[in-house]
Amino acid sequence: MRFEGTDTYVATPDLMLAVNAAITLQRPLLIKGEPGTGKTMLAEEVAGALGVPLLQWHIKSTTKAQQGLYEYDAVSRLRDSQLGDEKVKDISNYIVKGVLWQAFEQGKPSVILIDEVDKADIEFPNDLLRELDRMEFHVYETRQTVRAAVRPIVIITSNNEKELPDAFLRRCFFHYIKFPDKDTMGRIVDVHFPNLKKDLLREAMEVFFELREVPGMKKKPSTSELIDWLKLLVAEDIPPEALRSKDRKTVVPPLAGALLKNEQDVHLFERLVFMAKHNR
Amino acid sequence: MLIDFFLHLKAKKLPVSTREFLTLLEALKEHVAENSIDDFYFLARTCLVKDETHYDKFDQAFGEYFKGVTQIPGLDADIPEEWLKMMMKKHLTPEEKAKLEKLGWDKLMEEFKKRLAEQKERHAGGSKWIGTGGSSPFGHGGYHPEGIRIGGESTGNRTAIKVWENREYRNLDDTVELGTRNIKIALRRLRRFAREGAEDELDMDGTIAGTARNAGWLDIKMRPERHNKVKVLLFLDIGGSMDDHIKVCEELFSAAKSEFKHLEYFYFHNCIYDYVWKDNRRRHGERFPLWDVMHKYGEDYKVVVVGDATMSPYEILQPGGSVEYSNEEAGAVWLQRMLDTWPRAVWLNPEPERLWDYRHSIELIRTIFNSRMFPLTLAGLERAMRELNK
Repeated sequence: MRFEGTDTYVATPDLMLAVNAAITLQRPLLIKGEPGTGKTMLAEEVAGALGVPLLQWHIKSTTKAQQGLYEYDAVSRLRDSQLGDEKVKDISNYIVKGVLWQAFEQGKPSVILIDEVDKADIEFPNDLLRELDRMEFHVYETRQTVRAAVRPIVIITSNNEKELPDAFLRRCFFHYIKFPDKDTMGRIVDVHFPNLKKDLLREAMEVFFELREVPGMKKKPSTSELIDWLKLLVAEDIPPEALRSKDRKTVVPPLAGALLKNEQDVHLFERLVFMAKHNR
Repeated sequence: MLIDFFLHLKAKKLPVSTREFLTLLEALKEHVAENSIDDFYFLARTCLVKDETHYDKFDQAFGEYFKGVTQIPGLDADIPEEWLKMMMKKHLTPEEKAKLEKLGWDKLMEEFKKRLAEQKERHAGGSKWIGTGGSSPFGHGGYHPEGIRIGGESTGNRTAIKVWENREYRNLDDTVELGTRNIKIALRRLRRFAREGAEDELDMDGTIAGTARNAGWLDIKMRPERHNKVKVLLFLDIGGSMDDHIKVCEELFSAAKSEFKHLEYFYFHNCIYDYVWKDNRRRHGERFPLWDVMHKYGEDYKVVVVGDATMSPYEILQPGGSVEYSNEEAGAVWLQRMLDTWPRAVWLNPEPERLWDYRHSIELIRTIFNSRMFPLTLAGLERAMRELNK
């Protein structure tokens, strides 16, 4: 099994190599990168390209490692016992399988996405060390051991909100998706808008990269924001000339709200435009 | 195979482990990478480096090992103006020091402008011109009770009022784990437990009471888990005289970062004025106005300022007294404003407590902070946390 990128996802050679290393050696792959560079998309695309099922586990601040394995629903068992339900005699009726368990019992390759692992408690990654290493765990309630017949491909994303423990990092491959350069960005846009007019694309990209260069920006626009913006430009049928104007620096680009997501950034940008107008 | 490469990375202070190295060898055995140096580079990076902040270090080490590239010279060499070069240091006797008259603030600035205009070439060792090692109030490396410092390294005297150079400020490294355990324990005193958020814990007492009220019919009650919800704002003095205390500050920072869930930190230099910053490399580009900070973080935040409070009294009392730029309002005004916004505040000072009485600026800040200044020692930290908890 090898991953070579797909029709809808542009993977750079280093990213492809990292994914293939993770597939071949069956180790988890940790993906970091600026928001909107396609970290979560990667797992979907890998699963799609390899033709295997994708199991997603989105992490929140309240997520516990145990929930990925299984949960024992004691409350509904207690309620059933009061109602005299027959189910209550077998504890396995109240074991709810988590994402990892579901993947382990597939019996064929699958992709597990553990999304935004940094959102959880600091202990969360440590609690999963053994499970991800050996791909097995023990269910105390039913005294059985669940073991993966075929090791799933594990892709973990992080937004860097918390440091991850060293022991966890040592077991993973790591890749940082850096912000795409102009060529790569051109290919990414091509993939999403195959029929986009060449001149509109060129103008839009220049505006976009200039905007990213503005110093002091709180949230720089990312790939996904560029795609959204292009979608709007196409939908509104904005001509390339509107982006150009005589001096690009003196106009706020049309539909800029798709690119700037923070009122301080909008203010900053308007101020810069205002200053540029008066310094001509 | 490749053991030298591994040891080379180790020697370059990259945090690589044997396990990761074995993974790399395994990957090579499995032919994950083709036989090109580029593929090997990507593979080695994805196996061995687990943090993008180490990428740069790795690139340098990799280049050095495989191409024999020599180290990039002059990465940290910051060449000052020719006539400002450190040439000599004049050792003054106490009598000579006393002889130097103290010029007033306005006169000092005026004189400086005048001499800057007059002076054309390098000068060292005299007592009037701007240069190095002399006892003129201008230049650096010399001694004058109220000097203006231009370029170069500050010498031990630390009386220069104006820093006219863009210093390289290092970001505090919060990975220092050694010795931080004690600090963490001290910081734990600052806890405010509260139940907040999702209800995911069985409330045993509530359930029993509810069930009894329900005539024995089960009534499950849930409640949120207990969390430490203390909120802390940390202001760190950086650069200049704080360089001596960098280790203890890193330890504190590292401990605080892992101990508090709601921790925000900002940097300042010497005294707090109208803006602070979060990243020392981009401190001139990315500033946070203190007004914004005061509006954003409510009064339930507890404020900890870390600084040696050792500076010229001008920097606290005089508008325009900042060493870096012309501030419209004096440092004291801003400090008072902070204390009005966040009544729960302490100042931690890494300088030994016994020296405090001898420095005028420390005395000033202590008065502004209403004596809530504590030494940056374990005992001092505990006193400070107790004060914050009052």
